[in-house]
Amino acid sequence: MARELFEKKIKQIQDEILLLGSMVEQATLDSVKIFKNRDLNAAQTLVEDDQNINDKRFAIENAILILMATQQPLAHDLRLLASMLIVTNELERMGDYAKGIAHNAMRLGNSTIPVPIRNIEKMADQAVSMLHRSLSAFINEDIKIAVTLPKEDDQVDALFNDSYRSIVKTMITDPETIDESSTLLWVVHNLERFADRVVNICERTVFIKSGEMLEMDGSDDEMDDF
Amino acid sequence: MLQENNLENIITTKDLSVFYGSTQAISKINLNIPRNRITAIIGPSGCGKSTLIRCFNRMNDLVPSARVEGEVIYSKQNIYSPNVDPVHIRRQIGMVFQKPNPFPKSVYENIAFGAKINNYQGNMDELVEKSLRQAALWDEVKDELDKSGLALSGGQQQRLCIARALATEPDVILMDEPASALDPIATLKIEELMQDLKEQYTIIIVTHNMQQASRASDYTAFISIDRTRVDDRVGVLVEYDQTSKIFVNPSEKETEDYISGRFG
Repeated sequence: MARELFEKKIKQIQDEILLLGSMVEQATLDSVKIFKNRDLNAAQTLVEDDQNINDKRFAIENAILILMATQQPLAHDLRLLASMLIVTNELERMGDYAKGIAHNAMRLGNSTIPVPIRNIEKMADQAVSMLHRSLSAFINEDIKIAVTLPKEDDQVDALFNDSYRSIVKTMITDPETIDESSTLLWVVHNLERFADRVVNICERTVFIKSGEMLEMDGSDDEMDDF
Repeated sequence: MLQENNLENIITTKDLSVFYGSTQAISKINLNIPRNRITAIIGPSGCGKSTLIRCFNRMNDLVPSARVEGEVIYSKQNIYSPNVDPVHIRRQIGMVFQKPNPFPKSVYENIAFGAKINNYQGNMDELVEKSLRQAALWDEVKDELDKSGLALSGGQQQRLCIARALATEPDVILMDEPASALDPIATLKIEELMQDLKEQYTIIIVTHNMQQASRASDYTAFISIDRTRVDDRVGVLVEYDQTSKIFVNPSEKETEDYISGRFG
């Protein structure tokens, strides 16, 4: 016996989560472009558009709660719906990181302090690519991809550390830039945290499939069991 | 199986099989029922849940064609040993049925009747009040103890039957679909009552209602039809674990399919 109505509704929510994910991916790539070009009008628009991400998150959350209340999900279904709630929340917070980067573009304005823009672009590309693949793995319950992705977080961490050092170096050589440089730190911090949240999504994929609640940072040996 | 530490098992079955004539109903079931816990038995219709629970107090003796193989250990002895008196066992291990079945007598007599037969020497009024209080019925009936048990609502009748079972001061209470004939509020009252009773008693409940098993029990046993046997329907134990494990992350695919409504 199948539960066609229930499964159709789950599929609809999964499609919405993928859509929310693509909104967050786009916002993140746009925010870095805006930051690079200091396009203050576009920054303002991106900040306002974050509301669309928030609205979509609440719509998805509502749909999940209705399914929980009306369909009494158990076992795999229960783990799936609970995980979808958590992943939706992660995506909303990742949208906030993009908004934060746009804010920081406005704060820096015409400042001429040196910006490690190559690193920032690389971090954004890498983090967005990880998000894209983690969401596909989440929807397809592909545990193999979910356990390998967190290792890529190490590359984002390395770019973060490199950027951090160069920003601190600027602060030391020119203490007058400390305020502006700390704004830059927020930008790289947001991208680094973004990639961490991708790891959280991968953890949920493992949970749905296996029921195991696993902390997955890239260097974790536990992950080799999967 | 995950089990809490220091749990004492009150009933243990060893390779328990039941036949009705030449037809086998359940096959080689091994279960440990922990004391002072609520154990739910779930499974699709006709898988032998009721047959299993009826073995725990030899109710199957009343079916002429029934034959039991294996053992049911209670108080360190096999209750199917020839020297065991089934009436004594049924006093220790009481039963509440699907349809409330009070005697056609007063509320008071429903409780006192069994005690009188058992030659109860204590204060009968006290026994009646204590049993009705334990069954969370006292406040509703204390002013009309002379009223017929059959005049109560369905939920009250079922609690009267529970009070009647408690009056013999049993160790274990077996409940075969105790709430399936009741409305949702009366059902919740029975479930709340079970939580109170497990302080003192061990409860084993057969239920069709998965939500009831997940709400009310500590351990869940999933019985299903043995798929390897094509020609007959024989119940086997598929999985037995803590209720939280069964309903969040069962180990067997068959359990998963059943509780999430994909078969059964």
